[in-house]
Amino acid sequence: MTATVLPIALALFSLSLLLNLYRLLRGPDIVDRILGLDTLNVNAIAVIVLGGIYMDSSLIFEAALLIALMGFVSTVAMTKYLVRGDVIE
Amino acid sequence: MTLMPQLTHWWPRPHFSLFLLVLWLLLVNSVSPGQVLIGAVLGWLIPFSTQQFWPERPHLHNPGRLLLYMLRLLVDILRSNLTVARLILRDPDTLTPGFVRYPLSLTNEFAITMLASSISLTPGTVSAGLSPDRAYLLVHVLHLDDEDELIEQIRERYETPLREILE
Amino acid sequence: MMGESMALPFWLDALIALLLLSGALVALLGSIGLARMPDVYMRLHGPTKASTLGVGATLLGSMIWFGVGHEGLSAQEVLITVFLFATAPVSAHMMARAALHRRVACREGTHGEPWDEMDRLPGYAESSSSSDNQR
Repeated sequence: MTATVLPIALALFSLSLLLNLYRLLRGPDIVDRILGLDTLNVNAIAVIVLGGIYMDSSLIFEAALLIALMGFVSTVAMTKYLVRGDVIE
Repeated sequence: MTLMPQLTHWWPRPHFSLFLLVLWLLLVNSVSPGQVLIGAVLGWLIPFSTQQFWPERPHLHNPGRLLLYMLRLLVDILRSNLTVARLILRDPDTLTPGFVRYPLSLTNEFAITMLASSISLTPGTVSAGLSPDRAYLLVHVLHLDDEDELIEQIRERYETPLREILE
Repeated sequence: MMGESMALPFWLDALIALLLLSGALVALLGSIGLARMPDVYMRLHGPTKASTLGVGATLLGSMIWFGVGHEGLSAQEVLITVFLFATAPVSAHMMARAALHRRVACREGTHGEPWDEMDRLPGYAESSSSSDNQR
C-alpha cells in the first residue's frame, strides 16, 4: 500500500512546492519571499524523506538534516538583517 | 564551600552538556567510543565558551511535568491544525484577523520563549512581538471571535503551567 | 526498488500509507494558505502550523518504515522532526517581527493596533528609535 501512496504523496508535495514558489516569486514584500523560501525548505525535507523511502536508503537524510539546519539559520539571518540592518553585531 | 563556584565556572551547565552529548550522538547516528568522546568534549566546550552570552539560568523545577506539558501541547497542535485547515479553506474575506496584546505575568526569559513558541504552534495564533518592557506579547490571530476569551484561554492552558514549571 | 515492503504486516503498511498521505495533504493545506491569504500576517499561519505538522507526519511514517525491517531506525529523522517543531515558531516570530518593523500593511478590518512600540527589540528601545529616524 505504501508503494501506491508514495507517488501520490510526492505529487501533493510537488504541488506544495509550486505554491511556495509562486509566493517566492510574487512577493509582494520581502518578508513574503522569505516566508515562501522557508516553507519551500520545509517541504523539500519531506520530498527528500519520501525519496529516501523510494530508494530504500537512509543515506540522503544527511541532506535533509542540512536543509533543515541551513533553512532555519538563513531565515533567521535574513529577518535579522531586515530588523537590525546587520546580521552580526 | 569554595569548590562549588569553581565547579560551576569550569562546568557551567551539566544538563546542557548532557543534552549536547545526546544531540551529537543523534547527529552522527552512532554510539562508538570515539563519537562519545567527541560529544563529551563538545558538550563541555560549547557551554563553557558561550557562558557569557547566557546571563540568566533557567531553573527547571519539575522535568516530569514539562514532559506532560509537551504532550498536551502536541495534542493541542493536532487539534489546532484541524481548526486552521477549516479556516484556510474558507473564503479569506469572511475571516476577521486581529492583533491582541497579551499581558505577560512571566518574567523569566526562557519561560517567555516557551510561551511564545506554544502560542505560535496552537489555535490560529502567531506571536509577533514582545514589547520593550516585556509586559506584553503581541499575538496575531487568524480569526478573532472574542479577545478576552482568547487571553483567558492562553493564560489557563499555557502560562499558568509554564510558570509553575519554570519560575 | 520497493520489493521488500511486501514483508510488512498489513496494518503497519496501512498506517505508514495513512501517515504519508495525510502528511502530504496537511502540508499542501499549509501551502494553499500561504498562497491565498491576503496579508503577510495571515499567510504566516499556514506554514508555521500545517506545513510543520505535515512534514512531521511524513517523517513519522518514514521512521516506522525504516524502523521495521529495513535499515533500522535512523536517529537523524528523530532529530529533523524535533528540530522542525522547535524552530518553526522561532522563524515565524522573527518573520512577523520583520514585517512589523517594515510596517507591512495588514488587511483592512484587522482588529487591534499592531504598531506602537512592538516592532522594537526589548532593551534596545532608544538606539533603535534613532535608527528608525534615519530611514
